[in-house]
Amino acid sequence: MNDKLVGQPLVRKEDPRLLRGDGRYLDDLGRGALAAAFVRSPVAHARIAGIDVDEALDVEGLVAIYTHEDLPGRIAEPLPLLIPHPALTHPRTPYCLANGEVNHVGEAVVMVVATDRYVAEDVAERIRVTYEDLPPVVGIDQARAGERLVHQDAPGNVAAHSVQTNGKGDAHDAIASAPHRLALDLHIERSASMPMEGKGVLAHWDPDDRTLRVHSSTQTSTSVRLAVAAKLELPPDRVEVITPDVGGGFGVKIVHPWPEEILVPWAAMTLGQDVKWVEDRREHFTSSAHERAQRQHVEVGFDAAGRLLGLSVEIWHDNGAYVPYGIIVPIVTSTQLLGPYKVGAYRVEFTSLYTNTVIVTPYRGAGRPQGVFAMERTMDAIAEYLGTDRLAVREANLIQPEEMPYDQGLVFQDGRPLIYDSGDYPTMLRMIRDLVGWDGFEAERAAAAAEGRRIGIGIGAYVEGTGMGPYEGAHVKVETTGEVVVSTGLTTQGQGHYTSLAQIAADVLGVGVGDVTVITGDTRRFKYAVGTFASRAIVTSGNAVAIAAGKVAQKAKRIAAAALGDGISPEDLELVDGRVRRRADPATAIDLRTVAVLSNPLRYAFDEETKAATQFAAATGTGDEPGLEATGYYMPERSTFAAGAHGVVVETDPETADIRILRYCVVHDCGVVVNPRIVEGQVHGGVAQGIGGALYERIVYDDAGQLVNASYMDFLIPFATEVPHIQTAHMVTASGLNPLGLKGAGEAGVIPTSAAVASAIEDAEGLAVRRMPISPSELYELRKAQQARKEQVSA
Amino acid sequence: MKPPPVVYHGPDTVDEAVRLLAEHGGHAKVLAGGQSLVPMLNMRLTAPARLIDVNRLDELAYVRTDLEGVRVGALARHADVERATHAFEAVPLLRQAVQTVAHPTIRNRGTTVGSLVHADPCAEMPAVLLLLDGEVLLRSDRAGERVVKAADFFVGPMESACEEDELAIEAYFPKPRGRTGTDWRELSRRNGDYAMCGVGTSVRVDDTGAVTCAKAAYIGMGPVPSVVDVTGADFSGADFCAAAEHAADQLDPEDDIHASAEYRRHLARVLTARSLKAAYEAVAP
Repeated sequence: MNDKLVGQPLVRKEDPRLLRGDGRYLDDLGRGALAAAFVRSPVAHARIAGIDVDEALDVEGLVAIYTHEDLPGRIAEPLPLLIPHPALTHPRTPYCLANGEVNHVGEAVVMVVATDRYVAEDVAERIRVTYEDLPPVVGIDQARAGERLVHQDAPGNVAAHSVQTNGKGDAHDAIASAPHRLALDLHIERSASMPMEGKGVLAHWDPDDRTLRVHSSTQTSTSVRLAVAAKLELPPDRVEVITPDVGGGFGVKIVHPWPEEILVPWAAMTLGQDVKWVEDRREHFTSSAHERAQRQHVEVGFDAAGRLLGLSVEIWHDNGAYVPYGIIVPIVTSTQLLGPYKVGAYRVEFTSLYTNTVIVTPYRGAGRPQGVFAMERTMDAIAEYLGTDRLAVREANLIQPEEMPYDQGLVFQDGRPLIYDSGDYPTMLRMIRDLVGWDGFEAERAAAAAEGRRIGIGIGAYVEGTGMGPYEGAHVKVETTGEVVVSTGLTTQGQGHYTSLAQIAADVLGVGVGDVTVITGDTRRFKYAVGTFASRAIVTSGNAVAIAAGKVAQKAKRIAAAALGDGISPEDLELVDGRVRRRADPATAIDLRTVAVLSNPLRYAFDEETKAATQFAAATGTGDEPGLEATGYYMPERSTFAAGAHGVVVETDPETADIRILRYCVVHDCGVVVNPRIVEGQVHGGVAQGIGGALYERIVYDDAGQLVNASYMDFLIPFATEVPHIQTAHMVTASGLNPLGLKGAGEAGVIPTSAAVASAIEDAEGLAVRRMPISPSELYELRKAQQARKEQVSA
Repeated sequence: MKPPPVVYHGPDTVDEAVRLLAEHGGHAKVLAGGQSLVPMLNMRLTAPARLIDVNRLDELAYVRTDLEGVRVGALARHADVERATHAFEAVPLLRQAVQTVAHPTIRNRGTTVGSLVHADPCAEMPAVLLLLDGEVLLRSDRAGERVVKAADFFVGPMESACEEDELAIEAYFPKPRGRTGTDWRELSRRNGDYAMCGVGTSVRVDDTGAVTCAKAAYIGMGPVPSVVDVTGADFSGADFCAAAEHAADQLDPEDDIHASAEYRRHLARVLTARSLKAAYEAVAP
């Protein structure tokens, strides 16, 4: 028997190609294509009074200039609302090009097509747009005030309002009658996915067979295909969408169709020439998507042991100027806030608000970091109030393993009930306690203090719904060369799918990982898929690959049994080392590639090998369809719930207020692990982004709605020097919801980082941290405010 | 983020470069390491009609040390200054400071003289030149060669005394006199970022250990790099706080998204005390 490949920390098959610079990204394609550039709004909120292109017309190399008035048919209508929801009472989506009004800096107003991007930018610079300023709405406070409106027909700037309760009684009553009560006001600032590669689109129109080929740096080629077909009014079969290598997505590329994904193909069709648009960094900052910004008001009632009796959370969510992706982020915050805890009666209310800023759509974590921040700040506040250990308060509230599956009584982002399928949270907290050195920390703190150093320890725990539907599929084919080709509709943007999906297929088919080629994101190869987001790929596609490969294995056994004759039945056979062999007598075997030859009954022989499949050879038919291939789909009934806990030790400089992470520990449970090395890499990447969100990254708008730090000089993504060594420990509570027992791992690392770092800073400093991210300058202000309070008290 | 059209010149000699500047002065920019200029071009924040690329002027690619101090040619990269042991031995502050200039890849390309001419108030090397009372040698067709003292060189934010038709040829960093210790330190948000506050200090002591001259230079604390003479401050305390307090009071930093003005001034106090102490201890008997 082969050693099972699932579970082995194999190195990623894709890395040598990517590390050698042999990757093929969007901008590597389309040499000779015309280039698009955009005139984007320099103001946050205005009516467009006029567009004057006169000065631009004589630039050599100009091909076309388009404004909203030039767009035909459905292209001139607003972009689709991708995820409608009953609570989303005032949905507004943008136009491909602004229709008389702009609602954020960076909104596309004019499209320029020219011989190259340099010329296109020269043209764009000469186009004069006259704006009549409207008062901008910037930030949650101004949006809530509702005195200025982003959309005149969205009163109070409210896009959506939602209340959920968990059916365990009235939360306000439970809080009012609890022995102890606390209230917290919390604030998370705006951040963004910031993939190294921005978006990009290349379109080729073939007028002879009336087919459109679109390359896009997206997280969902299949959905882009349907969206483009709908907007351009083409039959979907006339549209191919291919995703080349993608330099990161982190959520921003799941949004579709971006205006450029419609405009670039339309221009290519209109002009009869290939057109390419590659987003630059400044465009990405001001016209892609952001996330995170929320304010929260938490009220909690609890008993003397710190057990929650009632929890009420009110959330104000800044959704930016439009809501093309619906209200997924605040729904996720509202539901995943609960983490591994039983909270008694729960009520959560959110208001999703328009502002004159870039749209807000899921960024890795997708609302969970905010929810976990609220829950874990609350846990720490309770411990502080009761004077008890912070871990003890958490332990008092944990859902126990024997209570699984545990129904939280809410509706999750997939419209299904929020039921935790499995997990062992007490073990998880015990593991993080040991890993981070919780019990020995007071001695460590004292030793540091003796050197004049200040250190603190913090913790954060989370539960993450992963692997949601509706489905993913895969096509598995054994070539006559023995190569196994796995095609999924999924895209891939660094998650290691070429390796992890190959491990799954190889195990089922008894071949090596090197024999398996995985193809992703090409609608010519696989048309039905949802996309790579929400920590769902390995759960949904992984199981689909196993199902499809299983069908291929069965077919291989049927054909092999017929070929081997001798009364052998398919049940007697197994697939091992590239052969189909008799279990009882491994020498009785046939190569899998020969089976592939036989699977396609031939009239004509092309070479020695294919002779065996021709009509006068000995092969006996099995009645199967030709080809050693099969398609399989996995459709989860609901999400499966991964979990984890992070522990962190920070040092704060008593004088400069500089904040340094000394130790970062992760306990992580994503069910059965397909490839521990890849999971660990995903966790590391997530933690790095989490540290960005905790200490460095913030999108800053001024009062006029100008994004003042739209560059990598001032939007501070941590370097390797800012990311500490990360110690990781895995635990496995398999999911019973899917055949392989998998749970997702893509977002995990980023989720509790802000909570854990805030907890550690609080512990080091003895002051409350209610807003993240936090800079040394802000810590200095907090110290001063606390000093002032102390002096007031003593006076 | 593509630059507008620009005419490119690649002179092979200093004379030719200076002639091109005489001809095109007001409409030309000198391209050396390009670590600031190229991003500004790409973002269309500047749009000179011509670029005069001095990267072929190998005669200016030198770091020379003599008894007086260190002479850095216009084409010497920050990394050349950083690695030159003779320069470090003569003027330790050069390496102490240049190590904190951005990241290694930027130092491999960016030039020290280019940084001086660019005169970014957040850049390290202008403050170093100022603290050491250095000079810059300029040449033009019009005026020939002239030497400008550091104190006269940094006239405003991103504005130096180098005229439009002048080419900066060399910077001179004099060796500190007598028993002088120096130190450079800064606090930035991320490793290699512009500092929220950067401090360089120089402390001269006599044989008894008494301070005879003490100065602190600052970056990120105002529109131009500044130097405060703290010789007269009270050095009796071992923690140098009085001198640091005195120095910080002279500064007028501003708020930005990374740090408040008040925090910056606080940092100046803390870092100055630490820096003076380190500089003093390096030479104290």
